[in-house]
Amino acid sequence: MTKTYKIEVDCAHCAAEMEQAAKKTEGVRDAVVSFMTLRMTVEFEDGADEAAVMKRVRKSCRRVDDDCEVYLP
Amino acid sequence: MTRKQRRNLLRILLSLCLLAVCVTLDRTGLLARAGRAATPLAYLVPYLVVGWDVLRRAVRGIVRLRPFDENFLMAVATVGALALGEYAEAAAVMIFYQTGEWFQSWAIGRSRRNIAALMDLRPQVARRLLPGGEEEEVAPEEVAPGETIVVRPGDKVPLDGIVESGTSTLDTSALTGESLPLEAGVGTEVMGGFVNLTGTLAVRVTKPFGQSAVAAILELVENAAARKSKHENFVTSFARVYTPVVCGAALALALLPPLVSLTLGAAPLWQTWLYRALTFLVISCPCALVISIPLSFFAALGGAGRAGILIKGSVCVEALSRVRCVAMDKTGTVTAGAFAVTEIEPYGMDERRLLMLCAHAECDSTHPLALCARAAWGEPIDRSRVTDVREHGGHGVTARVDGLAVAVGNAALMRQLGVELPRPDDGATVMHAAADGVYAGRLTFADSVKAEAAPALSDLRRAGVRRLVLLTGDGEGAARQVGEALGFDEVRAGLLPGDKVRAVEEMIAREEAAGSRGQVAFVGDGINDAPVLTRADVGFAMGAVGSDAAIEAADVVLTNDDPRRVAVSILLARKCMRIVRENIALALVVKALCLALGAAGAAGMWYAVIADVGVMVAAVLNALRALRVRAVCPSAKTDRKETT
Repeated sequence: MTKTYKIEVDCAHCAAEMEQAAKKTEGVRDAVVSFMTLRMTVEFEDGADEAAVMKRVRKSCRRVDDDCEVYLP
Repeated sequence: MTRKQRRNLLRILLSLCLLAVCVTLDRTGLLARAGRAATPLAYLVPYLVVGWDVLRRAVRGIVRLRPFDENFLMAVATVGALALGEYAEAAAVMIFYQTGEWFQSWAIGRSRRNIAALMDLRPQVARRLLPGGEEEEVAPEEVAPGETIVVRPGDKVPLDGIVESGTSTLDTSALTGESLPLEAGVGTEVMGGFVNLTGTLAVRVTKPFGQSAVAAILELVENAAARKSKHENFVTSFARVYTPVVCGAALALALLPPLVSLTLGAAPLWQTWLYRALTFLVISCPCALVISIPLSFFAALGGAGRAGILIKGSVCVEALSRVRCVAMDKTGTVTAGAFAVTEIEPYGMDERRLLMLCAHAECDSTHPLALCARAAWGEPIDRSRVTDVREHGGHGVTARVDGLAVAVGNAALMRQLGVELPRPDDGATVMHAAADGVYAGRLTFADSVKAEAAPALSDLRRAGVRRLVLLTGDGEGAARQVGEALGFDEVRAGLLPGDKVRAVEEMIAREEAAGSRGQVAFVGDGINDAPVLTRADVGFAMGAVGSDAAIEAADVVLTNDDPRRVAVSILLARKCMRIVRENIALALVVKALCLALGAAGAAGMWYAVIADVGVMVAAVLNALRALRVRAVCPSAKTDRKETT
């Protein structure tokens, strides 16, 4: 399953780091961050609990850039 | 301007003023008299006001063992300058750097707004009509086909459907690029993304939200920036290698020359070389490149989107810029997809009389060809002249017109009536007529060529397309006529959908065999040609807002059916690639020059940072040029108002 989230991030470099961080998060098969549209598209692993995974994604993104934000529904 | 941008602008201006005060006090000697620590402390104020966040991020980078970013470069360079006693310089460098950052964020915000306008398409809510006549607000995804929704004036139509009751005017421009509003009444098909302007409508939903055109377009726009081109990936990998290399080079510049001097017995000049190394670091900041390349693509996607050209990502921009071969589908692409009389061949009477007989005999028929015949006649039909109308299902009509026994229909009808045809049918769509059992002539029908088709082809030639091919499932005769009239290089008729794929594959193979990097584009109206759209290097779905499969298969979606947009897309892509190449060249050349001058000691840190911010601003402004579609092709209509 794939879902798109709104994000807030300041620089292209930070966006690339967020992408790396999100990709490495448990439960995420693949993640793409678009700095230009401020969107993060996350492909979840089968059977993953979406809300819990996204909390982890937000946490690991914060670790690489503490100004960033991932808006969860 | 966002709140953050305003705050940062204030910080920059404030520290600029503070720096001016410091410099004045310094010049007049007041600071020196106030004590030894006064000078560095005074300069630290503007330095910290403008640069504290850079320092914080640099420290955090080091703590996390991933130090090599712009913040690190700037922190090392300015702290080094402070240590060398170049206080004013340290503060100024930081101010310039932050000015550059601010400008960047402004430029990105500007082009982001273009994409945001497209994203506004997303309908937020659907009003589902409950059996009791009440309405319930739900997410568009929750409404199933067959249910009825209510669309009030000012609402966005959330889902595709058919109007059940009510009349209204709808703004379709966001989806179709058409500036004329649509008048909708009972039975009109409406699509998600239209904006209801005047009256309340009840709409029976025909498709779930996920299959609607608006969902496919949103998906395309939102993911466009994710499909990165070679150039963008180049920039990312470049930055990853570049910064460590430059830091190493700076370290070598600080250490090696003094050490060499020492071994040779000369003065080491530690300070001079350290300063040069710091200058080197400031210059090396790769921001001009890192920001302007993705920004160019983004601006191009945004600008094109505003002109009704939706491009699926910067990979497609790259391919689009190299299109050398265009294959076009005939029906719906170069022709309007509607029939019209193209030839009148009377036998033993004049053309008007033949048309009059056909039009009157067919006065009640709803057959498409009958409609065309009446349109060709052009005058009102006098029904009192027509009697004894009999429909011969699938063959034609017989009637008495002014008392004359008239038969109008296909060859089979003529045979049935024992009328001999002067020559057999040649595959074209024709209507025969007989009067009193004698052959009276025939009308030939063909799909009418769009008025924009001829200019579209000449635009394509001017855009550097070398080969234009017409592909069609229609018969040879009609296809050749259209193809030759418009100046196609090759016409392939009688093709099944699978044959079209093979034709496009042949074209691709030919380009490859010729050793060129030219790309093959296919332009179709998206009906039944998803396989070809996928197979071509660049697939254009034209006016395809009706079909989500076509939008998914295509690389470029044109929101209206004007074939001239194909050339506009190609020109826009070319312009974007030119800008990208200019920016890469500009950044690399200026940087290399400054690095050399800095290393040699000919350029100080001031020059370095001015060059750095200067190149960045120039590159970003250059990138923003890609937003402007009108400059590419003046004939391209950009109906949507300019975002200011």
